[in-house]
Amino acid sequence: MASSTIASSVRHRTNKGLLARLRGGDEISYLVTLICAVAIFVVVTLIVLELWKNSQPAIKAFGWSFLTTTRWDPNGGKFGALPFVYGTCVTSAIALLIAVPLGVASAVFLAEMAPPKLSNLLTFLIELLAAVPSVIYGLLGIFVLLPLIRSYLVPALKGGFGYLPLFQGSFYGVSFLSAGLVLSVMIVPFIVSVSREVLLAVPTEQREAALALGATKWETTWDIVLPYASTGIFGSVFLALARALGETMAVTMVIGNTPKITASLLSPGYSIAAVIANEFAEASGDLYVSSLILAGLVLFGLTIVINALARILILTTARRAATA
Amino acid sequence: MTMEISPVRKVVNSAMLSLSGICTLLVIGVLFFILGYLFVHGLRSLNLDFFTKLPKPSGETGGGMANAIVGSGKILMVATSIGVPIGFLAGIFLAEYSGKTFAFVIRYIVDLLNGVPSIVIGIVAYALVVRPMRHFSALAGGVALGIMMIPIAVRTTEEFLRSVSNSMREGAMALGATKAQTIFTVVVPAAMSGLISGMMLNLARVAGETAPLLFTALGNMFWSKGWLQPIATLPVMIYNYAIAPEEDLHQQAWAAGFVLLMLVLVVNITARTIIARGPASARR
Repeated sequence: MASSTIASSVRHRTNKGLLARLRGGDEISYLVTLICAVAIFVVVTLIVLELWKNSQPAIKAFGWSFLTTTRWDPNGGKFGALPFVYGTCVTSAIALLIAVPLGVASAVFLAEMAPPKLSNLLTFLIELLAAVPSVIYGLLGIFVLLPLIRSYLVPALKGGFGYLPLFQGSFYGVSFLSAGLVLSVMIVPFIVSVSREVLLAVPTEQREAALALGATKWETTWDIVLPYASTGIFGSVFLALARALGETMAVTMVIGNTPKITASLLSPGYSIAAVIANEFAEASGDLYVSSLILAGLVLFGLTIVINALARILILTTARRAATA
Repeated sequence: MTMEISPVRKVVNSAMLSLSGICTLLVIGVLFFILGYLFVHGLRSLNLDFFTKLPKPSGETGGGMANAIVGSGKILMVATSIGVPIGFLAGIFLAEYSGKTFAFVIRYIVDLLNGVPSIVIGIVAYALVVRPMRHFSALAGGVALGIMMIPIAVRTTEEFLRSVSNSMREGAMALGATKAQTIFTVVVPAAMSGLISGMMLNLARVAGETAPLLFTALGNMFWSKGWLQPIATLPVMIYNYAIAPEEDLHQQAWAAGFVLLMLVLVVNITARTIIARGPASARR
């Protein structure tokens, strides 16, 4: 950056008295902005510390059994979070299963086929989907999606795959499946917009070489462009996964809030974020609150690891594209 | 010699390419479905009372969400006054002062903070503000949303300052301005339209946040005085009304959802258009 050479030249020139330097504002503005940058570091540390400190009673009482036992009984003072972890994982898995093919295919269309102007417009619209507040997804989930699933999707699934344990039992509307579906709509924009960027960063020479060898447009995309961009696309998927794991309101509104582990996707369940949202404000007793905070710590750990991975993957492809 | 492409490959080619187009249409279709549905349902339930009256006690019909609209405004004011200054100044540091390694570390931490689930931020605001003060409050809700605003504020500021051409910095310094004067009287004003648009986007994003407010701002059926009482907000009202059994409350939830979505979308479209056209992006 040229600005660093400028900065050093300025430092030479302002070798005057303290008062003159303060009047120029250089030291003050450097210090103030540095403090703010460090403040962000402090905020993140504070988040970790507060979660850790406040979940100590639950950690001491349950240890790892918090994650491996299934009984969540506020009155009896027993807290096992396995059903919530299960719900979070199952709903996120359903969401990815739907959103990844849909999102990557859309990104392929936007990056490889659509003319730039159309592509920009459509991407703009898809990114608006990401701006819709999650409580509105929940609202539509309850009143629009649940009836639709009940009258069309579930009969179809039961008709086609009713013998699978996944689709057995009665269906009340609220369920793992509903939550997964709502989540999939919510994370598609992230997959589309990041994957499209990654695909656009693939050097044109790669495409030209494949086409010149006689590959069709689709073969070029599938055999050359997608493998080249795969690391970045995985990055976008992890990013979306982190979103799905931490998503609260929409899931809370359609998952049914019943701490049970069942193989059937049609039965109601619970998720980590949902139990915090539902029970935190009314939780009484230190152990209860601290167990909910520990659930928060688990969720925080999960999303941080997956986010960190996503960033590394996306950075790697960006670097490789830059050096290519 | 002419190369013949086998018919199978041709069919696969056009089938897969059209499939990708269909997927895109499907995703866009969802957006228009959401807009259309909220427009029809929301507009039907919307009336003047919604903006001017307090919620009615349960069992009675009618009433509005005046307190929640003002409440959302108040909480967003607190959030902005926390998140924007910290993010803006840290962004200046990253763009203008920082060395490479330090900037990389801060940027990575900012990305991680951006990925922290909003409900977890709510827990932290509870532990930092609600528990010591022994009170759910507008302040606590504002702190939660303020923390959430920091990452986008940093990234927006850094991005738009970097997009200001270096010749402007050199010009200012050649005229004898100090580095600080250069930043605050030349670089920042040059990036102003982008910065303001970015901050508006940031505000629109947290305006719809519900999860971190559930146990920080809580909610209130009446007006909330000052900053230290539980306070109603639009997103939390939508949630509470949507899961309530009464049909009348569902109608109000639709109305509130419509108002919230319109606000968020208008801000998004305006800000993004300004960013796309703005002089700051001309160099990119």
